[in-house]
Amino acid sequence: MSLLDVRGLTVTYAGGAQAVRGVDLRLDAGRKLGIAGESGCGKSTLALALLRLLPAGTRTGGEILLDGEDVLAMKWGRVRAVRWAGASIVFQGAMHSLNPVRRVGDQIAEPILLHRRATPAGARKRTGELLEHVGLPAARASAYPHELSGGQRQRVMIAMALACDPRLIIADEPTTALDVMIQAQILRLIERLVADQDVGLIMISHDLAVLAGTCDRLAVMYAGRVVEEGPARQVYEAARHPYAEALSAAFPRIGDPASRFAPRGLPGDPPDPSALPSGCAFHPRCPVARDSCATDDQPLRAAGPQRRAACVRVADDEREARAAAGTAAPHGEPDSPEEARRTTP
Amino acid sequence: MTADAASAPVEGTGAAGPAKDGPAARGPRVRTATAYPRYVAGKVAGAAVSLLAVLVTGFFLFRLIPGDPVKFMTGGRQVSAEQLAAYRREFGLDLPLWRQFTDYCGKALTGDLGTSYQFSAPVIDKITEALPNTLLLTGTAFVLYTALGILLGTRAAWRHGRLGDRLGTGLALTLYSLPSFWLGLLLIITLSVGIGPLPGLFPTGGMESGGEEGLAYVLDVAHHLVLPVVTLVAVEYGQTLLVTRSALLDEMGSDYLTTARAKGLRDDLVRRRHAVPNALLPTVTLIFINLGRTVAGVILVETVFSWPGLGGLFYQALSVPDLPLVQGLFLVFAAAVILMNTLADLLYPLFDPRVGR
Repeated sequence: MSLLDVRGLTVTYAGGAQAVRGVDLRLDAGRKLGIAGESGCGKSTLALALLRLLPAGTRTGGEILLDGEDVLAMKWGRVRAVRWAGASIVFQGAMHSLNPVRRVGDQIAEPILLHRRATPAGARKRTGELLEHVGLPAARASAYPHELSGGQRQRVMIAMALACDPRLIIADEPTTALDVMIQAQILRLIERLVADQDVGLIMISHDLAVLAGTCDRLAVMYAGRVVEEGPARQVYEAARHPYAEALSAAFPRIGDPASRFAPRGLPGDPPDPSALPSGCAFHPRCPVARDSCATDDQPLRAAGPQRRAACVRVADDEREARAAAGTAAPHGEPDSPEEARRTTP
Repeated sequence: MTADAASAPVEGTGAAGPAKDGPAARGPRVRTATAYPRYVAGKVAGAAVSLLAVLVTGFFLFRLIPGDPVKFMTGGRQVSAEQLAAYRREFGLDLPLWRQFTDYCGKALTGDLGTSYQFSAPVIDKITEALPNTLLLTGTAFVLYTALGILLGTRAAWRHGRLGDRLGTGLALTLYSLPSFWLGLLLIITLSVGIGPLPGLFPTGGMESGGEEGLAYVLDVAHHLVLPVVTLVAVEYGQTLLVTRSALLDEMGSDYLTTARAKGLRDDLVRRRHAVPNALLPTVTLIFINLGRTVAGVILVETVFSWPGLGGLFYQALSVPDLPLVQGLFLVFAAAVILMNTLADLLYPLFDPRVGR
């Protein structure tokens, strides 16, 4: 059984904006999944939906199986028990995710006491250990957030996420707004902690390069859907979906001077989630769109071993590849999206 | 001073904000042991300067009031010019203005605020006599309207936009904009005088009926207290409600509240532990400003209800003008406000660690 199994997740905000439109994701314990996409593609909504933190009036559909238990079907008491103890979130601590008028030690100890993991004295001791674990002196527990630097605040946020030994950690833009040196430190820290404690990690970022360097698998989201998914390196270096391709080309590649002088952006803006284009939601910005893309929605389909992409060209490529290999065997690569859906490791 | 205290929370939020440009580069701000004493010294010095400014302003301002105190003292009798001059000499009114000023300042520093023209008694005695009455009235009202304002403001913000919030906030705003003397008169007419067959339920004014002892006296004073307190609470609670409500609404979208919810805290704990302590900062400023105003009394309400307090005394003194009494009261009123604002400044770091470091 997977640690996290998201099936057909949909999120519609009170105003009618469809932020997430049928997302399937799987994550095993000890593995790291990256979710990439532009602002507004639904990746942060997805993170909040996993712990049902979206505002009242938001409609959520599908299933979120955390250790086999559907979060969306839980009673509120159970949801609160699962929050932080089962899965915790590393928010952008460098910004405003810490309460400005409470000492960081108290904020780390709060979930420990709330979920009855320790006595007040034990929680204090654990807080000191957690701070040292993330590379801060235990004495910093008595500091207020404004007395810490951005990187230190992010470390506090990570210590806080580890407080109740969750099985799953969701890191929502954990390194955004940090300078590059601190960013690298934080990423190494997260990697080390995940490896040490065998937790599952979902890391959300707009920075494909960061995700490719940290995660095992990568899912690229566009307009509330996963449009490409596969092993992180492969998706980053040889994307199959034109959007994922544009996203990876938008960041200069280390060791490839040519990419620095020809950064390729993507023209246009992500679509308004309350008025999505017909057909494939990406077709108005797609450099290789066909006429049929304006009318035919593209499901995720198999695109090579352990890879999926939602593009009509992928279907053609696979067909050609099969024809070239002369494999008319009926047991070949599954073509139907229904079968392809569950091909993650 | 008031503006200074009110701007403090704004500075505070600013201090937490600039994470965007990478505070890591600047390094963490380290709390130094000398920061708080220096902060205190600055605030106390500021208060002293304000008090001095009040002393000077009060002296010259009230000399602009039309009317001749000596004419009042002679009560319209035919008096010879020599007698008027004698009176002027007695009260020091014949001296040049600058001499009057230096005399006044010298005495004020020793606690002597002069002698009232109309009561022929030391000003300081008149003030200490009326002060407890005023504090009884305004203090009772202060506690009630502050508690009511915070309670209703918090609830209104947490359920903002719903019918209860719109009705409650609308009512508070309406009452807040009523003139207190008008509301007081309405209450006297309806509840004290009585309409038609309805008997008057409360006394029309004053603080006591006279002749009562012990518990009966306490109850009698409480009975007299009801209408003026109701008037004050009705007019004042709206301000606290509106400040609390808007401060809490500002906080409600904050990221740290999402963090608190993600930790598994119940909704009411998120509100009590995280949202309200942050949102209460502007309210704390307002509370201290109001606390300063409790000494100044409420001139209109005390006058309408014939309450024997400082406000009523000020009204009497102004109509003469009884210059020493007016100046003395003005000084006490201002000193109370300055004292409370300084106290607010000094206590602020307890409520918001970002202030004063």
